[in-house]
Amino acid sequence: MDRFIFLTFDGLSRGAVYAAFALALVLIWRAARVVNFAQGAMAVVTAYAAYTISDAVGSYLVGFLVALVSGLALGALVERGLMRFVGHANPLNDVIVALGLVLFLTAVVGMIFGGEYRAANQPFDTSAIEVGGIPLMSRYDLFIWGTVAAIVVLLALLFTRTAVGLRMRAAAFAPEVSRLLGVNVGRMLTLGWALAAVVGAVAGVLILPTELGLHPHAMDIVFASAFAAAIVGGLDSPVGAVVGGIIVGLILSYVSGYLGAALTPVAVLVVLLAVLLLRPGGIFSSVRARTV
Amino acid sequence: MSTTNPARPAEQPQTVPVRPTRSPMSRFVVPRPLRPGQGSTLLRHLFWVAVAAAVVYFVSYGIDPFRNYQLATVAAYLCVTAGLTMLTGLNGQLSLGHGALMACGAYTVALAQNEFSDRDLFGPWRLPISLALGVLVAALAGALIGVCAARLRGPYLAGVTLAVALVVPAFTTRFADLFNADQGLSVYVDSPPAGLGPYFPPERWQAWIAIGAAMVSLLVVANLVNSRFGRSFKAVRDDEVAAKLVGIHVARTQVLAFVVSAACAGLGGGVLAVISQSVSPSVFGLTLSLNLLLAIVLGGLGSLFGAAWGALLLVLLPYLTTEVTRGFDLSPRLANKLEGNLPLAIFGLTLIVVMLVAPGGIQEAFRALGRTVRRRWRRT
Repeated sequence: MDRFIFLTFDGLSRGAVYAAFALALVLIWRAARVVNFAQGAMAVVTAYAAYTISDAVGSYLVGFLVALVSGLALGALVERGLMRFVGHANPLNDVIVALGLVLFLTAVVGMIFGGEYRAANQPFDTSAIEVGGIPLMSRYDLFIWGTVAAIVVLLALLFTRTAVGLRMRAAAFAPEVSRLLGVNVGRMLTLGWALAAVVGAVAGVLILPTELGLHPHAMDIVFASAFAAAIVGGLDSPVGAVVGGIIVGLILSYVSGYLGAALTPVAVLVVLLAVLLLRPGGIFSSVRARTV
Repeated sequence: MSTTNPARPAEQPQTVPVRPTRSPMSRFVVPRPLRPGQGSTLLRHLFWVAVAAAVVYFVSYGIDPFRNYQLATVAAYLCVTAGLTMLTGLNGQLSLGHGALMACGAYTVALAQNEFSDRDLFGPWRLPISLALGVLVAALAGALIGVCAARLRGPYLAGVTLAVALVVPAFTTRFADLFNADQGLSVYVDSPPAGLGPYFPPERWQAWIAIGAAMVSLLVVANLVNSRFGRSFKAVRDDEVAAKLVGIHVARTQVLAFVVSAACAGLGGGVLAVISQSVSPSVFGLTLSLNLLLAIVLGGLGSLFGAAWGALLLVLLPYLTTEVTRGFDLSPRLANKLEGNLPLAIFGLTLIVVMLVAPGGIQEAFRALGRTVRRRWRRT
């Protein structure tokens, strides 16, 4: 029972990170109808930047800020310099270009930092806080939850309470009409990508200390898990992404706790297939998916 | 009309001016003699396969063992890219799981070969049986993925197959007593048959095996593409509703494309295991799948010649970058970092640039060149 409780809390903090990462995917999907397969590679780049600076300066906070800023810059750069020029006649084009970006970014990171694992240090005490003799969670888990909750609240406020958020939603919902009404749709798209990249960067920085550490391919499986989380939530709904992230985090935590950590990728695949084959629109879908 | 596959002549806007209607005299013109195998697609393809095999046979005598090894690797990749370009280019299904399917073939061949050796079963039939088993296992895995894939589209399918690519190391670690985890297995490969003489280089023999496999794979795919099934593949890719209306079973067509391309991947993986005489999960990771994707996009999606260009580049580019970086006086640490990564960075950049600038790839560029030359020729 102790083990179950421990795994549940572990799954919740994993799930929080997957939720943030899935949120990044959903943001771009809503803005541009593109699944950003390069999200993981972009998060690797920002994480390397963050941990390198943070090691050099000796302050975790500075590293965290570097992750935010570099994520913002990288997201805007990828949209302005690359994704904008991809032809949309075929839905595969975006995917292929994003995969090319994955190859390029991971290879560049590998060239600069080498292929070995680097330790990503935690800013807080890792020992678990015990409640009634049962180890529940560490301070770091609390930090993860707080950060992800802050991201979710800020994004919700941005999209529902500010003029920019309204413009972004309008630009995604009806680009032509919004353009007629004076919304700079292209800029909104760039902003959407930049925001998504920031969220992805934060998720990357958060999850690295709990995994093996920094590695050019450290985000491959994280990306697949977050993609599964976004699919569970329906790929179109931010709330769904958060719930999906928690669900996937719990499932992966139980699988790796009871069946062995090596089976995590298999669990991701099973979750993906189960959701896509049984409820293609995600667990919250009410409309029937289009069948052809 | 899709932009990723403008490589089919039928879709090209007719740049050649409309020919005048046939003159009344034309009925007296003697028809041209038939080209070899014209009329039968199978015979025509068999003819070209035989020509290619003969050329490569003589080439393999003229080059040193290392070149033969490279030739064999190109042929092994060609098995896979031929099937993948059919799946992605002609049927519109993007698969990132072909590295994993190659692993199915490679591990099956490794296990079968080692099992034969353990039981002291020797003979020239061993390798064909192992390869056939590898193809069978990969085709079964492909059928499993294909049945799921038939219900998925675009980015969803890409995401699922990406997860498939990540599963390989999980399996080899979980069933470590069978697959030996990260170390992988060594593959027992027979020496060349005694009839070829005592000093026959094994690399040349392996090159022949690989070329043979590539020719089989090309022949199957080329015939399929030119058949009723090939036309169904394209119809399903371009418009599922229209395809369904003319009586094509969409799901069955997609599964068929996936199974055939998985079988090709299994064959390629098996041959790769024979050439390198070892299999390990790190070879068959996500990077391999991305490289395969690059190869078919760069060559020209949907074109078999493009698949050959892609396979060639997959082997040549890493080799060339290593040669070039060796020319510079780099510290061993830096050289080590560049070793595997520089070709991948170039691959990634090439994939992006080709997608943005020339989505038709190399083969389309050649076709455009050919059209221009022909037009000039007519004018003069």
